Amino acid sequence: MGKGNDRKRTFLLITIPVVVLFFVFNTLPLIKGFIYSFTNFKGYGSYEWVGLRNYIDLFGDARVGRSYLFTFKYAIVCTIIVNIISLILALGLNGRIKFKSALRGIYFLPNVLGGLVVGYIFSFIFTYILPAVGTAIGSDFLSRNMLSSTSTAWFAIVIVGAWQSVAMNTIIYISGLQTVPEDVYEAGSLDGATGWKKFRHLTFPLIIPFFTINMVLCMKNFLMVFDQIMALTKGGPAQSTESISYLIYQNGMSGGQFGFQSANAVVFFVVIVAVSVFQLSASSKKEEQL
Amino acid sequence: MENQDTKKVSWPITILLILGCVTIFFPLYMAVVIALKQPSEMTNDIMGALALPSSFSLSNFAEAMRVTDFWNSLGNSLIISVAAVGLSVLIHSIAGYAIGRSMADSKAYKFVYLYIVSGMFVPFAILMMPLVKQTSQMGIGNMAGVIILYIVFYMPMNLMLYTGYLKNIPIALEEAARVDGASTWKTYWNILFPIMKPMHATVAVLTVLGTWNDVMTPLVIMSGTGRNTLPLAQLTFQTQFGTNYNLAFASYLLALIPIVIFYLICQKQILNGVVNGAVK
Repeated sequence: MGKGNDRKRTFLLITIPVVVLFFVFNTLPLIKGFIYSFTNFKGYGSYEWVGLRNYIDLFGDARVGRSYLFTFKYAIVCTIIVNIISLILALGLNGRIKFKSALRGIYFLPNVLGGLVVGYIFSFIFTYILPAVGTAIGSDFLSRNMLSSTSTAWFAIVIVGAWQSVAMNTIIYISGLQTVPEDVYEAGSLDGATGWKKFRHLTFPLIIPFFTINMVLCMKNFLMVFDQIMALTKGGPAQSTESISYLIYQNGMSGGQFGFQSANAVVFFVVIVAVSVFQLSASSKKEEQL
Repeated sequence: MENQDTKKVSWPITILLILGCVTIFFPLYMAVVIALKQPSEMTNDIMGALALPSSFSLSNFAEAMRVTDFWNSLGNSLIISVAAVGLSVLIHSIAGYAIGRSMADSKAYKFVYLYIVSGMFVPFAILMMPLVKQTSQMGIGNMAGVIILYIVFYMPMNLMLYTGYLKNIPIALEEAARVDGASTWKTYWNILFPIMKPMHATVAVLTVLGTWNDVMTPLVIMSGTGRNTLPLAQLTFQTQFGTNYNLAFASYLLALIPIVIFYLICQKQILNGVVNGAVK
């Protein structure tokens, strides 16, 4: 009996400080952010309660609206591109190829590199290399700097985001493909399933859990995009590439909009949770059907 | 993928994949050749940027190290990452043990588990502004604060990983130790901590990759301390480089080299860790 109490007491002594630590640096700032969202706090000095005004203003604010449009456009396009490329890559890297582990190692490399520095390197490519190539081959589209036009800057950020994220998603798809037992293919090939048909009806249904993981991971990470924006455009040109995180950082920290951007952050938080829950429930329904 | 049925190597796919590596290596090749050149070699055409340097010189690297205060930034990055990883493995595994083992027959612990794990959905953007205020009021608007925040931010994921791993470790091991008269604490250190080694590796890898390249947390928490991490140094000195791309690229490469070395040494553990972390 004494030993059982020792176990319980030890567990309690461990758990309490951990919960306190988590509360102080996660829940408490969350609550504070929620409270600030009802004030006109500038980040310094005194402030007043403004009720729901920040939230009402938020929906009428063109800059906030643009940042949501940009962030979702970026996240959706990037998620689709990354999943298509990494699925194709994973099928290749899981096939009967030479230099398998070396190739896998190379394709994963972008994932360990820092987003900021990668952004700086690509910024040079977009500013100098691509236009030079474009001029050389006489392409009007390529000869312009992608980053300086409001219609193309967002896609430059997609390219950099995808370049880094494909690595991670490919590895997850490979581990998914490895769970597909060999005899499934053998049975399939007896039935004459080849190529696309085999992928569509045999392989893909079996790796749907991994597809789900990749979709959720991608969306969540891309919705929070920050480093690439910081390195490539700083939100420009003409605020066309301001992500939600970047706007909250920019205007909340130094733009005197602490209260207003807190409201923005609360809405952003709700959006992230809603998107994740929606994706998870949608894909679990899909899995049941199969 | 017809050749999955045969045992032969598929050369077309191998060659396509090797050609595809160009997309990975081109940006890095460009960074290396530019970093090795002098501004005078950077003519306006594309070859000026991409051709090999006429003479081999590391002077840009030496200058970049001086300008960005490289060794101090590297030291700060190392201190933060090593401390965050070490403490995460310690604290999160102990917490995973206490919470994971109590969860089955205690609603309170089950609640604690869900409470912490749900923190995964909280974006840093909402915590950022209150945390800047809070850490400076508490006097930890510095590297120590960043380390504490990392421990808290990675707690949801790591707790989930550790409790998940513990489910597969039979409780009989601990009971045997208890019969021998070992305390709970001792049992943990002598039996469970060593058993959880594979999970420690996963947690360490995920925490290193997350913290080493992170810009946002040190940017907002450590601003004003005059200290830089490796990525922060790039951000801070970006304006000073001006249009001297040779110097800038030397500096970018210096910032990438440590993590690339780490990747080359621990490639297997990193790939395993990343997959474990994502799939569990």
